Amino acid sequence: MPTGMTCRLVAIPAMALLCAGGIATADTIYVSNEKDNTITVVDGVSLAPVRTIAVGQRPRGILLSKDEKSLYICASDSDHIEVVDLAAERVVRNLPSGPDPEYFALDPAGKVLYIANEDSNLVTVVDIERGEVVTEIPVGVEPEGMGLSPDGKYLVNTSETTSMAHVIDTAKREVVANVLVDSRPRRAVWTDDSAQFWVSAEIGGTISVVDAAKYEIVKRITFAVPGMPAEAIQPVGVAITRDRKLAFAALGPANRVAVIDAQSYEVMRYLLVGQRVWNLAFNPDQTRLYTTNGVSNDISVIDLAALKVIKSIPVGQSPWGVVSRR
Amino acid sequence: MAPIGNWRPMLSLVMGLIAVPAADVCAEEQAVKIGWLSQTANRTAPHAYLDRPPADEGIQGARLGIADNSTTGHFTGQLFQLVERLAPVEGDIAAAFRDLATNNMRLIVTDLAAPELLSVAALPEAASVVIFNTAAPDDRLRGADCRANILHLPPSRAMLADALVQYLVTKNWTGILLVVGRGDADREFAADVRHAAKKFGARIVQEKPWTFIPGARRTDTGHFAIQAEVARFTQGISYDVLVVADEQDEFGDQLPYRTYDPKLVAGTQGLVPSAWARPHEQWGATQLQERFLRQAKRWMTDRDYTAWTAVRAIGEAATRSKSADPGAISTFLRSDQFELAGYKGARLSFRSWDGQLRQPILLADARSLVSVSPPPGRFLHQFSELDTLGIDKPETKCRLG
Repeated sequence: MPTGMTCRLVAIPAMALLCAGGIATADTIYVSNEKDNTITVVDGVSLAPVRTIAVGQRPRGILLSKDEKSLYICASDSDHIEVVDLAAERVVRNLPSGPDPEYFALDPAGKVLYIANEDSNLVTVVDIERGEVVTEIPVGVEPEGMGLSPDGKYLVNTSETTSMAHVIDTAKREVVANVLVDSRPRRAVWTDDSAQFWVSAEIGGTISVVDAAKYEIVKRITFAVPGMPAEAIQPVGVAITRDRKLAFAALGPANRVAVIDAQSYEVMRYLLVGQRVWNLAFNPDQTRLYTTNGVSNDISVIDLAALKVIKSIPVGQSPWGVVSRR
Repeated sequence: MAPIGNWRPMLSLVMGLIAVPAADVCAEEQAVKIGWLSQTANRTAPHAYLDRPPADEGIQGARLGIADNSTTGHFTGQLFQLVERLAPVEGDIAAAFRDLATNNMRLIVTDLAAPELLSVAALPEAASVVIFNTAAPDDRLRGADCRANILHLPPSRAMLADALVQYLVTKNWTGILLVVGRGDADREFAADVRHAAKKFGARIVQEKPWTFIPGARRTDTGHFAIQAEVARFTQGISYDVLVVADEQDEFGDQLPYRTYDPKLVAGTQGLVPSAWARPHEQWGATQLQERFLRQAKRWMTDRDYTAWTAVRAIGEAATRSKSADPGAISTFLRSDQFELAGYKGARLSFRSWDGQLRQPILLADARSLVSVSPPPGRFLHQFSELDTLGIDKPETKCRLG
């Protein structure tokens, strides 16, 4: 982004939010930086980075605890989960995770973490309070995405090299269904009504919308950005609004976020963000979407009423995961 | 890894509870048998004492491919098996091939040089077999000597030369001093570099054969002789980059730092275009590198990668076509629906006109990945930028019957 634009952009967020019909709840954004072993804390009002927190090796997936007082971090090369106290802003505890934790999900009660161990074809289930591994569930090659149904009954794990979404019954802790999707599936994200889960396929270049009752693909969403070779369109992050009106897909090296009508599955437009956009997170009241841009080392802020990118914020090296809390 | 037997209750549970897309193939386990055929070669030791060629090169990649396919197979009810045949030096390769073919092996992965590959492909038993070439980069196998029953996993020499020259042109290092070794392969690579230069807008300022055969590397003070020779050899030439063709690794590693002017070296040594490279860790490649290291206790080479890719391509086609039938697998492999994730940031598929795997090419030296060709958006193509590498459909000499 040319530096000359900075002054103009500062003024826009407030205006855009007024258009949205109200002021967004003040939030704080946390971004994991895979290459420099830190979490960047970004103030959601000034949209400026305020601090960095030193954490373990290669932080990737991050999650807020149920009470939003702690942050869980997959420290992939440290082979454990770290717990950051968000008041103290430092790591206060480690949890076991199995080798190479990449991404995870928290059960609705906030007691159990389901962790994808990318190097060992396992999903590890960890009891947070006891700090112990409860069980391991064998899945496909390179488990990656972890999507828990809103009621916590089903976990969808994607395995990148097996190209499947494995549906795990969380009570039985067993795989109960497998859905073959396109190559290199990454994220599995449920709709809030539990009727569907959406699976992105990075190499296949698609999102499969799966009927969660029948385990059938009801729609394969494809993307085409004018002037961009098909190979550059590599969907990873997916976010669906609570009312299931809009969905968003981060298209990796295409440097764009696709805006999708979540009812008709039509792609409405493409928003230019930073380079190699991977993961997405809403702010708490879903008036904004944040994106991590791994190559340009920044995050983009999208205003959801205007469907416009309103700011790029520099963070650490290779930003990977992002969450936001009040 | 849990033994397969432990999975049976789970699979039947899957079927009992709900209709899954894979349920019909869970009913009975399908066995996909893949043959492996290689021949021990007397390889000359490379000039560098380091990185001596491992005895199990290639086969380790195929075994890892089987392991990866089998993990998926647990969920789809498909079993993958590799039946290995290794012919000794100058052994009867045709007999080994027949042995596989008559034992109902119709998907055979070979690690053979071009003459042996063509000889087995011409056997009557090979008519109903799909052969996966994992070792021969020869252009003629994708051109005048192409065969309908062979698919090629390694990039051709033409693809490697194109990948390198694309990068040099992107850097505006367009003046090439081409230094060519004594092998036929070296002459072919040199011709490919000349062709690539014409295609992408570089120029060969001079081409020189390398004829100096240095003494044993361990001779004390031997480095003086080679330093002097390389300086003399490169003196008085105005060029940007020295491109070397030395597949046998006889002298290429001795060119860097010894040229008369301070110039970079690329080609078969220095900055090397290849299907796989040790420093590669993007697009999830770290996971493949780690899995391979754990299994083979050494780094993955080009030939391991192409062998892995061959077995994974079969696995992917079996999963997608929901079939263990070699005919169905082979039809799917050649169809528009086939795509393989190969840790190089693009979907891999086979070219219809010569059976070559369409793939990005890595450009790396010993310690770092420098670039990946084709550079996005730089060299445009009507259908796929990947087809800017190697011989494209309009210019192919291959006529598949």
